[in-house]
Amino acid sequence: MNPKRKRRLIIVLLVIAAAAVAISLTVFALQQNMNYLYSPTEIDAGKAPPHHQFRLGGVVKEHSVVRDGHSLKVQFTVTDRFHDMPVVYTGILPDLFREGQSVIVTGHMDGHHFVGTEVLAKHDETYMPKEVADAIRKAQAAGRADPKHMAHPKGGS
Amino acid sequence: MKWIPLWMHQLSSPPTFYRFASVLRPWCIALALILTAVGLYGGLVTAPADYQQGDAFRIIYIHVPSAEMSLFIYGVMAVAGFIAVVWRLKLAESVAMQSAPIGAAFTFITLVTGSIWGYPTWGTWWTWDARLTSELVLLFLYLGVIGLYHAFEDRRQGARAAAFLVLVGVINLPIVHYSVQWWHTLHQGTTVRLFGPSKMEADMLWPLLVMMLASKFYWAASLCGRVRTDLLSLESGKQWVRALAEREGR
Repeated sequence: MNPKRKRRLIIVLLVIAAAAVAISLTVFALQQNMNYLYSPTEIDAGKAPPHHQFRLGGVVKEHSVVRDGHSLKVQFTVTDRFHDMPVVYTGILPDLFREGQSVIVTGHMDGHHFVGTEVLAKHDETYMPKEVADAIRKAQAAGRADPKHMAHPKGGS
Repeated sequence: MKWIPLWMHQLSSPPTFYRFASVLRPWCIALALILTAVGLYGGLVTAPADYQQGDAFRIIYIHVPSAEMSLFIYGVMAVAGFIAVVWRLKLAESVAMQSAPIGAAFTFITLVTGSIWGYPTWGTWWTWDARLTSELVLLFLYLGVIGLYHAFEDRRQGARAAAFLVLVGVINLPIVHYSVQWWHTLHQGTTVRLFGPSKMEADMLWPLLVMMLASKFYWAASLCGRVRTDLLSLESGKQWVRALAEREGR
């Protein structure tokens, strides 16, 4: 390789390396803000901002949804299977909202309650026909519950 | 193994690549059309509805192939840009710069279809999570590359400057891809996996893979056409272009 090309090659590699370092440092510095949501365990550990709005993520606990008969008010518990967080929300819920489903609630803490202003449903990366899903559910109900199928907000599931 | 550099060297000469692209392009168009027809039929007709999302999940057959292309084309652009900056190869400059609008289009389609999909399933058109934001940054990178290229009077100088921006922006590719693993995001994880089993039933998966292949052929056809035109105008004073023009003119 002639010296001119070699010099250009080195310059390019240095610039890429410098950009990579700069962006990695920025991302690490912003790690706190890059987190889109907090899990109930993280809130319990005091990691969530106490007076500001933030997002709570987790699974809607089974048999926890209580709807108010006269208004759009709904109460449910968001859990990450380690800690629970009771949520109060008034408004329309997305189609995919159901018990056992991952959700992301925007809102703030009010004492030990979380007051939601927006509820988003998260879906996982698994796609299958209804028959297959039913078969899996039946197999699980038969007592062979596989912990891997349990939804968990961490790890992007 | 001396024939590989020789072959590469020959192909990288504009007149040879022009002929090569002219032969390749119709085949790529034909394959892209056939595969798209098969993939869409499989995705919209034969694939069963999803257990949670019902028929709404079918937008995946557009969304995921274009998302994959938005990253793939940037990768190709980066390799070509690297060659353009270091070796000043005219063909590499052309490939890098002509890739940018195709990549920008795929990125735009990804963002729009993602938004349309997000509203009924998540409950929102847009949210600033790491995956969505980094994909938006990718669109801006593409637009920046196109803009920088056109900002220079001398096109070859513009191509090299823009190639530099492409190389700096490469850092964004792993961020887009791994954002769903590194941070909590609203966007779900990767469904189609190169290593290990994909998280999709086979009946639903094959049309998706066909569509991903179809988009590759579309990209190849589009790039062949764009680079061909670009080479003609870059080399407009050269003997081979004049000979070609005379031959076509008759």
